Amino acid sequence: MQTDRGTITRIALLLLLVAVLAGCGGDGRDSDDAAGDDTVATTTSESGGDESGGDLSGRIQADGSSTVGPYTTAAAEAFQGVEPGVQVTVGVSGTGGGFERFCRGETDLSNASRAIKDEEIAACKKEGIEYVEFQVANDALTVVVNTENDWAQCLTVEHLTMIWNTGSKVNNWNQVDDSFPDEDLKLFGPGTDSGTFDYFTDEINGEEGASRSDYGASEDDNVIVQGVTGEKGGLGYFGFSYFEENQDSLKAVEIDGGDGCVAPSVETAQDGTYQPLSRPLFIYAKKESFKRPEVEAFVQYLIDNETQIAESSQYVPLTDEQLMKAKSDFEAAVEEVGA
Amino acid sequence: MRMSRALKGGLFKGVLFLSLLVGFLTLVVLLVDVFNDGLPFLDRTLLTSPPSGDPDIAGARPAILATIYIGALLLAFVVPIGVATAIYLEEYANKTRWYNRLLEINIQNLAAVPSIVYGILGLAFLVRGIGLGRVLLAGAMILTLLVLPTVIIAAREAIRAVPDSIRQGGYALGATQWQVVSRQVLPAAIPGIATGSILALSRGIGETAPLILIGAVTYISFDPTILGPFTALPIQIYSFLRLPQAEFKLLAAASIIVLLAILLTLNAFAIFIRNRYRRSW
Repeated sequence: MQTDRGTITRIALLLLLVAVLAGCGGDGRDSDDAAGDDTVATTTSESGGDESGGDLSGRIQADGSSTVGPYTTAAAEAFQGVEPGVQVTVGVSGTGGGFERFCRGETDLSNASRAIKDEEIAACKKEGIEYVEFQVANDALTVVVNTENDWAQCLTVEHLTMIWNTGSKVNNWNQVDDSFPDEDLKLFGPGTDSGTFDYFTDEINGEEGASRSDYGASEDDNVIVQGVTGEKGGLGYFGFSYFEENQDSLKAVEIDGGDGCVAPSVETAQDGTYQPLSRPLFIYAKKESFKRPEVEAFVQYLIDNETQIAESSQYVPLTDEQLMKAKSDFEAAVEEVGA
Repeated sequence: MRMSRALKGGLFKGVLFLSLLVGFLTLVVLLVDVFNDGLPFLDRTLLTSPPSGDPDIAGARPAILATIYIGALLLAFVVPIGVATAIYLEEYANKTRWYNRLLEINIQNLAAVPSIVYGILGLAFLVRGIGLGRVLLAGAMILTLLVLPTVIIAAREAIRAVPDSIRQGGYALGATQWQVVSRQVLPAAIPGIATGSILALSRGIGETAPLILIGAVTYISFDPTILGPFTALPIQIYSFLRLPQAEFKLLAAASIIVLLAILLTLNAFAIFIRNRYRRSW
């Protein structure tokens, strides 16, 4: 009996050891695999580098608006083909969240779907962060309704204000306009951390952040798409690229800003006739970062290839005039830091 | 009105079965939906390519690697700390002392703290406080704290389940407390500890909220390192879902299958260890 128990103990101890070793072995294998993969990845990127002659390295951090995020991502991806040694990361903390990090000096680039606010300027100043603002694309904030909605072809800004203003109790289409049918009005829109929300409320309700709060709010624009698709009386708003991608399941409303009804499109956003909901999209760059050649090269690339990047990621490209301004702003900033 | 005993028994069984169906059917519907959408996209590209704006060439390689790294680090941190704590509380701590009772209550309360709170803690102390930055190590450390109570509680249960007669037998033969713990109690508790640890790990690598707070990025094209920027699979799935193109929803479904596969592998491993080391007295 006693020997039995002794053996059991010994076996158990042995098994414990094996388990520990197996655990370690498992970890080791994982990291070995990863190391192996690493080498492969590095070799490929190095050979890619040889082909294109890129020899920069370093890390560029961007964060901010989820509307501008895909633009920066597309630019980073294309840039990787030219300078494979440069690692670009893009976060989507929202325009406000992005500036919070940017003004702490944590990021090189901040994506923004609105211009920087006064308190954010103050925060940057306090930390000694100097920056340059680049417009990288245009956007037409698009108001969408269900495809079965055959009454709201065009809405005036007054209509939208009536629907979206703080304290608004409008919950039926016939309250918006007498000619509209008796249909429940279901609202969907972005959440309060979004630059889209800031811009829309500023233009429509006259004050940034002023909005009724009893609507289906989501930071994920696809949720808004689904909400409006599923409700005959649904109405929502988001960036133009989400509408372009969902043209079959949604209908864009024409907006009357005082000079007649204008539908959102690339042309009307560029020539500024889609008022008041066409807006600029920005990337803010830390001036200090231009001293690093990889950041300078990335921003240069971003501006030089603006039209292709915007088109490939379904943004409204800059007009020639806007592009000229971005180029001269960039050159001035580079000259200033003496990079 | 009198029901026959057999009828009552049958009715009770029926209710139990219906309860089981709620969970089971939900899982089946979820799995069928995810596999329907994701299977065509579950290919080499997903496993070997970085994310991209073009759904045809987009993958989730950095996120998959990071999730594996985080899992390995998490286990390496959480098992020694958790098991050591459990041994102290079960075998050494004098339960009549107030500080030991305080420790115990604290640990139980920690298990109920929402994960986002751990994220805030991580942002304030790890990322900004000690200046670790928004790196993978910080993510693994915060997830360690998050699942530590679970591991401690599971390990304590396992240690408590070892019959006292085993300890007494050891002492009777002249063994010291450390000898009894290391040679008798701990080996006997392995199945419970392993199950608890792996389930905690499964929870840890499925977690999103604290990682978003400590700054896991959404676009990263290179392989993660322990002290570099990172993203994790759940975050990658979320960021796929936010993109406007419909194909990304299918990619997200495929990534969910990968995450499920990793989780199920871990769970299978836990079951294997439990069966392998189970013993009865």
